Amino acid sequence: MSNIPAELKYVSSHEWLRLEADGSVTVGITEHAQELLGDIVFVELPAVGANLAAEEQAGVVESVKAASDVYAPIAGEILAVNAELEANPELANSEPYAAGWFFKIKPANAADLDGLLDAAAYAAEIGA
Amino acid sequence: MTAPKRTPLFDAHVASGAKMVDFAGWEMPIHYGSQLKEHEIVRSDAGMFDVSHMTVVDITGSDAKAWLQKLIANDVAKLGFEGKALYSGMLNEQGGVVDDLIVYLTAFGYRMVVNAGTTDKDLAWMAKQSAGFDVTLQVRRDLAMLAVQGPTAIDKVCSVKPALADAIRALKVFQGLPSGEWFFARTGYTGEDGLEIMIPATEAITFFNELKDAGVAPIGLGARDTLRLEAGMNLYGHDMDDGVSPLEAGMGWTIAMTEGRDFIGRSALEAQKAAGVAMKQVGLVLEGRGVLREGQKVVVDGIGEGIITSGTFSPTLKHSIAIARVPAATAATAQVDLRGTLTDVRVVKMPFVRNGKKVFE
Repeated sequence: MSNIPAELKYVSSHEWLRLEADGSVTVGITEHAQELLGDIVFVELPAVGANLAAEEQAGVVESVKAASDVYAPIAGEILAVNAELEANPELANSEPYAAGWFFKIKPANAADLDGLLDAAAYAAEIGA
Repeated sequence: MTAPKRTPLFDAHVASGAKMVDFAGWEMPIHYGSQLKEHEIVRSDAGMFDVSHMTVVDITGSDAKAWLQKLIANDVAKLGFEGKALYSGMLNEQGGVVDDLIVYLTAFGYRMVVNAGTTDKDLAWMAKQSAGFDVTLQVRRDLAMLAVQGPTAIDKVCSVKPALADAIRALKVFQGLPSGEWFFARTGYTGEDGLEIMIPATEAITFFNELKDAGVAPIGLGARDTLRLEAGMNLYGHDMDDGVSPLEAGMGWTIAMTEGRDFIGRSALEAQKAAGVAMKQVGLVLEGRGVLREGQKVVVDGIGEGIITSGTFSPTLKHSIAIARVPAATAATAQVDLRGTLTDVRVVKMPFVRNGKKVFE
């Protein structure tokens, strides 16, 4: 059974979002996504300062098994990327909701979060 | 759609926490947690793979030798003593590879091991080719098969089978030892030392658990693939198939052009050699980021194009490697179309890894 934290938001392309106190949003891939991918060996993260549209490609995650695109779940500016994840891509397997985060984004429109999936809706989506 | 078949070790896989997947019609373990960790265990210690989905065929009859000399491209006349093993392709008339296999010389005749995914096709092909020969084929579904591989694999098997330890340790590479219905062969598909062991199906789970208690880790098909790729070994249906010549799949060394031996596919191979073999098999190395994958296009500047037949991230080398079929004139460099970007790769002679160490230049 996949762990799907109740306090996060989700999109069906398997990214999670966490609204931080300063209004920024941290993004990573879900536990279900890392299970599907298997051992992750490379991640490519977006450029800090890039302005991305919702569903625009924000990076690539490569496992032993497959390559998969990572998308910006909402529109906004990339504020930071997880350099530690680039050096240790297996963090996305071992701690997908903590040390394995991908990037922080400044939402173009804070209300965009409201329309995303909550934990129950994401669980239903993946059949969990 | 028929339900996937289960090997005699199915319950042991589930009890060991395996993630099971459908592989060539069999429900097989892909990993037991982490493919990378399992890979590392085989390179540094010992792991075991259930290969019971592969098919063991015993061959008897007064024409068994003559029939095999026609059926396969390598020559069983090379098998000088009981237990000795030979790797070969079984070719069609056009010189394509019907399957790759291992054949052992045994007291009763020969024992052959063929791939799981090709079994039905192989058996039909062999039946067709046996007309006019006194030869009988018996499929041994009563046997399970476990490959125990890694630098400590033989020690650990010997600790579980002390009565056979001296005989097992005396085995040379590509040599097998029968013991009742059991058969121990010093062969493998990982580039490490180890054994492939045939076991009466009813005794398989007990042996699996004894090995586990002796410190042999169960290893899934995922790591089996990265290990064989590092070892530069072909996977049927990927690196070669019915439409690919063994001369273009790195199997030239398995073709015995013994004078006067008319094996199936020989005339096609001779014609290819006379005309010049257009492609060759090479290893590709990408030391930067990214992973080479099967099906990606290889571009050789000024010469032509090829294709990656197997690619992965190498857990031992920490970068990507691939097996590719490229124009014969390809030299030391090429480019691969990596998700839309032409990326420089090095062209090397395989294997990539043997006995835990990098071996290419």
